[in-house]
Amino acid sequence: MSDPTSTSSPQAAPTTVAAAPATNGTFSDDLAPAPAMGRRRFLFLRNAKSILGLSIIGFFVVLAIVGPWIAPHDPNAVNPSASLESPSWSHWLGTSQTGQDIFSQLLVGTRGVMVVGFSAGIIATALAVVIGVSAGFIGGAGDEVLSMLSNIFLVIPSLPLIIIITAQIEGNSHLTIILVIALTGWAWGARVLRSQTLSLRRRDFVEAARANGERRWRIIGFEILPNLTAIIASTFINTVTAAVLAEITLAYIGVASLSDWNWGTILYWAQSSGAFQQGAWWWYVPAGLCVALLGMSLALINFGIDEFVNPRLRSTGLNARTLRQRHIRPRVGFTPVVHEVGASGDRTKARKEADHA
Amino acid sequence: MKNLARKAIFFLVTAWAAVTLNFFVPRLMPGDPVQSLLTRYQGQMSTDAIHSLYVLFGLDEQSSLWQQYLDYWGQLFRGDLGISFYQFPTPVTSIIAQTLPWTIGLVGVATVISFLLGTSIGAYLGWRRGTWADLLIPLTTFFSSVPYFWIGLIVITLFGVIWQVLPFYGSYDPGLIPYPDWMFISSVIEHGILPALTIVLSSMAGWILSMRNMMVTVSSEDYVTVAHAKGLPERQVMTGYAARNAVLPQISGFALSLGFVVGGTLVMEQVFSYQGIGFMLFKAVGAKDYPLMQGIFLIITLSVLVANILADIVYTILDPRTRKES
Repeated sequence: MSDPTSTSSPQAAPTTVAAAPATNGTFSDDLAPAPAMGRRRFLFLRNAKSILGLSIIGFFVVLAIVGPWIAPHDPNAVNPSASLESPSWSHWLGTSQTGQDIFSQLLVGTRGVMVVGFSAGIIATALAVVIGVSAGFIGGAGDEVLSMLSNIFLVIPSLPLIIIITAQIEGNSHLTIILVIALTGWAWGARVLRSQTLSLRRRDFVEAARANGERRWRIIGFEILPNLTAIIASTFINTVTAAVLAEITLAYIGVASLSDWNWGTILYWAQSSGAFQQGAWWWYVPAGLCVALLGMSLALINFGIDEFVNPRLRSTGLNARTLRQRHIRPRVGFTPVVHEVGASGDRTKARKEADHA
Repeated sequence: MKNLARKAIFFLVTAWAAVTLNFFVPRLMPGDPVQSLLTRYQGQMSTDAIHSLYVLFGLDEQSSLWQQYLDYWGQLFRGDLGISFYQFPTPVTSIIAQTLPWTIGLVGVATVISFLLGTSIGAYLGWRRGTWADLLIPLTTFFSSVPYFWIGLIVITLFGVIWQVLPFYGSYDPGLIPYPDWMFISSVIEHGILPALTIVLSSMAGWILSMRNMMVTVSSEDYVTVAHAKGLPERQVMTGYAARNAVLPQISGFALSLGFVVGGTLVMEQVFSYQGIGFMLFKAVGAKDYPLMQGIFLIITLSVLVANILADIVYTILDPRTRKES
């Protein structure tokens, strides 16, 4: 089944997802004929930022799988004679106060971080899609109730809520932490998806499907959802980021179970043993940098999606490069303009130029 | 007017939801830990205090859930949040009253600084897009991806341990008596610098990125082109036309992300042992002091709600479209 938007409504507003693929081809291949459907669809994957982000994520996924096998030491093995050693050949990232190998703890801990982050992200995104899309699609009183619900969850600070819930459960497993993070983290995505569904709901192609007598679930599943793909992806990325931060924070303050290693657990032990007063930077700096690297890669993917969704952000970067080559200093009021020649449906030629106001 | 009524209803419903959540969370959990703590302190507590804890935690098996709910509300209106186990037998409300001003002072000042600074930097970066200014974006992404507490640890290592320029423990010099004279105030300010710096560093990045994106979007609007075509000075177009419009989503974003910022700063307080409500929450978690945890959560949520109302008022003042309806 082909993408309904690009065939039936190429003239949609430029800032929506639906329209993004329509203007896409014009930028990627300068003055060349618009690329084929399939290529346009994977344009997102040709964005340098998202490629870099996805590669870093891939690296961490591999670490999460093989980490426990390639760890050079047992992360729990205590060795009093090697207390607080700085990085060396036998201990790449030094040792803790009890002589545990930090590098191995980091490797073993990757799995916990990734499993919790991604599972919570998946559940929260599913909730956001169900709640957001149905709120936007059904409208009326149902919409009022569901948007009120998501706004309430947005205003209530989630971290204290997660803390008081997990603190009251004895013996936290990964599963409870995943569920608690997911149940408190869906609201933002639901809000964004709702507003996007609202704008899609009255588009011509949806009306056409309705006039054809399509059933409601079919309209949602085959007309609405494909056009929300980019936003769902970015919601997923955001919820994973938030879940990773929440999980590491929980481990750091000692609410999550300390028997499983994750990067937050390392920071917990570093803080409680006063690592920073003793100058043992190797104990807490690498774990934080790993969190930062993971977060940055997720953010990079999101930038890629953003540029894919909002053509103005994308054209800015491309225009800037062109202007730099021509030694023009970008200044106020230049407006990137895409001229679509042969407007309706036939987008074979396109031209881009930067107007100077 | 209709808009205002909607807002009022929303805030009331949210407050109700927060209280109800606080009522149900301990009831959905296995009640044994509270029960065991209660039996431990049985002899030392007045029957009134025991009764109030029974109401708060739903240990009162005889009455129906609805009755418990009504009792709970009644108790809240009397300002009774139970008794802390950790600082036995201090009422939870007085512990919160001691710690909340510190947090509101620190987080409030730091958040406002970070918002103003981040929005201005973001406006500038968005205006100068495509130049060297874009190089700052990876840096801001880095700061927005790391946990607040880790930045706190790094800040302590640099300023407190290596250079030893500023204090990083507590909220004032322990040798001083809390009295509003210059010595005490300067000590408070000195102790607040590093925590505030941490909050500004970690929360500013989000404001920079969203403001930059809004500026990029707004800059290609027709009114900006017109303003420029009129020959207005660049500065005036940037601040009076582009930034002025780009800042509106920033403010509604400010209201909504406040919950997140507050969550981050609570943990940050623990890093600096800053005697605010977050540090107290951390201690309560460590000591399994359930009444204190519940009370702190309720107060944090209500404070965020009040801050939201304030942000809403500011938004109404700034955006004429919202006032037109009334």
